[in-house]
Amino acid sequence: MDASGKRTAPRSGIVGAVGSAIPHESSEKHVSGEAIYTDDIPEPKGLLHLAVGMSSKAHARISSIDLSAVRAAPGVIDVMIADDIPGDNNYGPVIADDPVLAPGLVQYAGQAVFAVAAITVEQARKAAQLGLIEYEELEPILDARKALAAGSFVLPSASIKRGDSTAAIASAAHRLKGSVSVGGQDHFYLEGQIAMALPAEDGDLFVYSSTQHPGEIQQLVAAAIGRQSKDVVVECRRMGGAFGGKESQPALIACIAGLMAQKTGRPCKLRLDRDDDMIMTGKRHDFEIDYDVGFTDNGRIEGIEFMFASRCGMSADLSGAINDRTMFHCDNAYFLENVTIVSHRCKTNTVSNTAFRGFGGPQGMFGIECVVDDIARHLGKDPLDVRRENFYGIGERDTTHYLQTVDDNVIHEIVDELEKSSDYRRRVDEIRQFNQAHELLKRGIALTPVKFGISFTATHLNQAGALLHIYADGTVHLNHGGTEMGQGLFTKVAQVVAEELQIDIDRIKITASDTSKVPNASATAASSGSDLNGKAAQAAARTIRNRLLKFAAAHYAVAEDEVVFENNEVQIGDQRVPFEKLVHQAWFARISLSATGFYSTPQINYDRSTFSGRPFFYYAYGAAVAEVIIDTLTGEHRLLRVDILHDCGKSLNPAIDMGQIEGGFIQGVGWLTSEELWWNAAGELKTHAPSTYKIPTCSDLPVDFRVRLLESTANREDTIHRSKAVGEPPLMLSLSVFCAIRDAVASVGGNNRVPGLQAPATPESVLNAISEQQAAS
Amino acid sequence: MLDGKIVELGSVDPTRTVLQYLREDIGQMGTKEGCAEGDCGACTVAMAEVDATAKHLQVRAINSCIQFLPTLDGKELITVESLRGPDGGLHPVQQAMVDRHGSQCGFCTPGFIMSLFALFKNNASPSRREIDDALAGNLCRCAAYRSIIEAANTMGSDYGERQRAGGWLLEPHAANARAGSDEKSRVDLLNSLKSDHTLAVESHHRKFFAPQCSDEMANLLHEYPAATILAGGTDVGLRVTKQHQELEVVIYTGRVSELRAQAVSDSQLEIGAAVPLSDAMQLIIEYFPTLEELFLRFASPPIRNAATLGGNIANGSPIGDSMPVLLVLDTSLVLRKDDGRRTLALSDFYIDYQQTALQPGEFVEKILIPLPVDGAHVESYKVSKRFDQDISAVCGAYQLLLDGGNVADIKIAYGGMAAMCKRAEQCEKTLRGKPWNEALLDEAMNALDRDFTPLSDMRSTAEYRQRICRNLLQRFYLDTTGAGDERLYSYGR
Repeated sequence: MDASGKRTAPRSGIVGAVGSAIPHESSEKHVSGEAIYTDDIPEPKGLLHLAVGMSSKAHARISSIDLSAVRAAPGVIDVMIADDIPGDNNYGPVIADDPVLAPGLVQYAGQAVFAVAAITVEQARKAAQLGLIEYEELEPILDARKALAAGSFVLPSASIKRGDSTAAIASAAHRLKGSVSVGGQDHFYLEGQIAMALPAEDGDLFVYSSTQHPGEIQQLVAAAIGRQSKDVVVECRRMGGAFGGKESQPALIACIAGLMAQKTGRPCKLRLDRDDDMIMTGKRHDFEIDYDVGFTDNGRIEGIEFMFASRCGMSADLSGAINDRTMFHCDNAYFLENVTIVSHRCKTNTVSNTAFRGFGGPQGMFGIECVVDDIARHLGKDPLDVRRENFYGIGERDTTHYLQTVDDNVIHEIVDELEKSSDYRRRVDEIRQFNQAHELLKRGIALTPVKFGISFTATHLNQAGALLHIYADGTVHLNHGGTEMGQGLFTKVAQVVAEELQIDIDRIKITASDTSKVPNASATAASSGSDLNGKAAQAAARTIRNRLLKFAAAHYAVAEDEVVFENNEVQIGDQRVPFEKLVHQAWFARISLSATGFYSTPQINYDRSTFSGRPFFYYAYGAAVAEVIIDTLTGEHRLLRVDILHDCGKSLNPAIDMGQIEGGFIQGVGWLTSEELWWNAAGELKTHAPSTYKIPTCSDLPVDFRVRLLESTANREDTIHRSKAVGEPPLMLSLSVFCAIRDAVASVGGNNRVPGLQAPATPESVLNAISEQQAAS
Repeated sequence: MLDGKIVELGSVDPTRTVLQYLREDIGQMGTKEGCAEGDCGACTVAMAEVDATAKHLQVRAINSCIQFLPTLDGKELITVESLRGPDGGLHPVQQAMVDRHGSQCGFCTPGFIMSLFALFKNNASPSRREIDDALAGNLCRCAAYRSIIEAANTMGSDYGERQRAGGWLLEPHAANARAGSDEKSRVDLLNSLKSDHTLAVESHHRKFFAPQCSDEMANLLHEYPAATILAGGTDVGLRVTKQHQELEVVIYTGRVSELRAQAVSDSQLEIGAAVPLSDAMQLIIEYFPTLEELFLRFASPPIRNAATLGGNIANGSPIGDSMPVLLVLDTSLVLRKDDGRRTLALSDFYIDYQQTALQPGEFVEKILIPLPVDGAHVESYKVSKRFDQDISAVCGAYQLLLDGGNVADIKIAYGGMAAMCKRAEQCEKTLRGKPWNEALLDEAMNALDRDFTPLSDMRSTAEYRQRICRNLLQRFYLDTTGAGDERLYSYGR
């Protein structure tokens, strides 16, 4: 398919069939400003606005809190501290170590200590500045290396071992050791964290939350107010971006709103200011990575040892599963026969780091891509040749270190095609010549692969539910447990239902995620949204369709196989009946037109205690070639050309998938280049606004950007219409950019010295790496 | 004026932002808040005012989150909710964004729509570089940029029929002068709002004045010497939205005719202190074309449309991007207090960190930039983590006059290297009168270490600043000798 999204012929005649590149279901509302986000919901009478008083210390005991000035401030109605919480003072999703309001000990600068409710937003925010908190300061631990030295961890360290890496490294022809660091990343969803809680009868709460996980908000808010799940309903129509940042983090916001609504008996809204949002909520984990690798003359890895230490922040949050995914993905597309991986989950006095698109996978893949790059430089080989030398085989060398067989490997096919279509070899030569002719500007190129495992590694989360009603006029109400954050999930699931019922998509009302319609839904995360919810919605639609089919056969006295749903009509024997007419007849005949659907991913099984089994239903693949140019006087770079070939299986919606691929890639480029999180010596985050934290903008798009979907490869597994998940995998295509910058840097030292480039590759980081090359050559 | 109708506001807090007004006061929720500091563009709206011809409207995108409401007096505010055509259909810009899949989560989209709308009204068939520039102030975290660029490429061309029926809002730039447009009625309406009097708003324990002439401005400052002088509000706005300051008296420069004027005399450019940066830059680039890249990388169009050159100077930030180059161009300022005026060299204006020579009640009236010296090399380079709309780690500016192979005169200034933007005096001394060659360059680079002792912060370490300061001088040397490579910014474009 070409870049404009015109390819795959729709599979049936209806509008919005599976495979058609229809626009996002809300696109008209987006462009006209009519899409309603949480802060746009009409405010109920008597609404109070909330603000949070934060800790100014990274690690301290609170010796006293004086909120008299806060209470006395204009417009203030109430204040709240930890002692006021009637239920659990916790919003931690896995382990109860995340207090909603600090109970006497503060563990990062920016931690919530008190909340204030006032008539207006401005009044609440002004009042929140007036709290007098006295601290007894404790020594903070601010980074992963220091935590490692101090033995400070949020969770026990973990390891995976296969074969004998020590012996394999020792006996290998070549050996390299190195350390690389990779920075964290703020989500910078354009819509900040927000929740609005409305008291209801019986002391219940109705909560609007911008969240990827309404079910968890429901549980945690209920527990905080000392009630049960049945007492809280959570709704979310859409988020203005999430990227993992609204998986566990919104619970803090919703709990504060819910608690204050309970305390005051009035509706309460907490919308964080951008700076507070960036200070108070978790980010992608930054990692320190050490490696020791032994390899052959051809660059084939014989043995490798990895040490990963991530900065988890002050609590566990989702760090366990995130760091597990780092361990799973530090092979990327490479067969590691003898391998030892050690993973440390470091506890630091910084905000608790959390889920972010890729969920630890990108950092693991960053590690191995640096290693294969280094091997190539050490041997004086083209990095692509070394990458190929190490790819998983087909039918051999195909078992991962966690003992899952890679049986759907298309990486050879993708890389071969991309190498050719991007003209990789010719450009490598051309770049060499350019670099010889230019003193100050240097170009670099890299082709990197992506193999990403799809499923929650916590097996029980791989389930989904849907609820479907067909009204007597033939229109449809669709609901499922997934959430819409811009990824197009609601569009894709509606396409699945349209296809199943053979009706135009505009007959289907897409509705907000709602805990009272679908219970116990997992977070919309792990790229699994359409895999899980698509299947669940399909099941619900199929149930009703089968009822209609049986009814039609009986009513029109034909055999069941003579009833065919097709293009807004139903062929019944030799009659064609409009869909809505059949529906009306069925309603009149007292046929149930409402159904739930349920899906649980088959085949997966995995034992965390041994790190072995089949955690992933399948893998998504892709590859990218990036070409950059750097300025050796300043360390600045520009992205010249990027070619991407990505595998979405049989795409449910090529336009939406293209958007995910391009967007994920650019977001990854930001992570690895311009986005730098910077804390001062006191542990205060100083890059907490777009003025200081720089995500990619329009001109950061490659000058020449060629993105294609891998043509017509059906998922080997029985996923929803044989499609593949696309949310996270493309982010890691951005490793090609980092490796291309490494290539440009290495050219300064003659292409055979390992470039000590640390991520993000800011101008300063690049210039430092250039200096090392200059000093060595 | 909003949606073609005059809106009169009785009692309004003068430091209420346009965004607060839209969302909280009149419930127009289409415009979003992303950062409340003018750096993300989710709040972008368009402002139309009658242009110099008095016949046409000039449309500019601005950030509503930091624009105070009274500054819109006499202007038309256009929001994302204004754009649908008379038939209720989407505006060509909106339709192009739908057709090209330009929205994902949609939260930034209204802001992009308004930046594209302003572009559409000024340049309906923009180049990629013009698109990049027009959108430099809009962040899309879903990064749907390729689709958005495609939408920008087609918005002016693909929707012909509807445009013709739709009136001024739907007409792309090229068709501006056509008959049947309702532009005239809008212009008439805005002209009818013109007033010769100082706008004075007193409400919520605050006073807001928008004087019409410099004399009135001087009088007001005489009466309220501690008043906050508001120009574009791109910095003052943050004092309200972020620091929650209560500004008691605000005097707005944006209607002072003398401060809004630009002129070119025999010897200098004279730029009124309240001329928007986008206009001031255009004039400066006309005379100093090598500064184009600096100004493209300077903030974003919505900021440049609101912010002023006078504000950038008077603010006294050590990292402002206009100061280094203005310093090397020998810029001076006309300062006014009461009836008295004095002209002060810009180099004497800065005293220390955010401290200037301005006395209480005194204000910057004009900026005087000498016309280019024949044969002089003028350059300014900035280094930042992101190319567009970022604050410099270091910004260097240079003006060199050679006599034969010798340095007849050189001026060098840096931002980001000290508590204020300042000249590199030691370095200049090393260079003056000597042959302009590589041996001298080394010596000059060493001298820079004596000129500056920079700090480390979130933008870079002190060590990096020191190196870049030297390396940018090297870049200047290479550019003057013709040995410099192509610029990174435009490479391949």
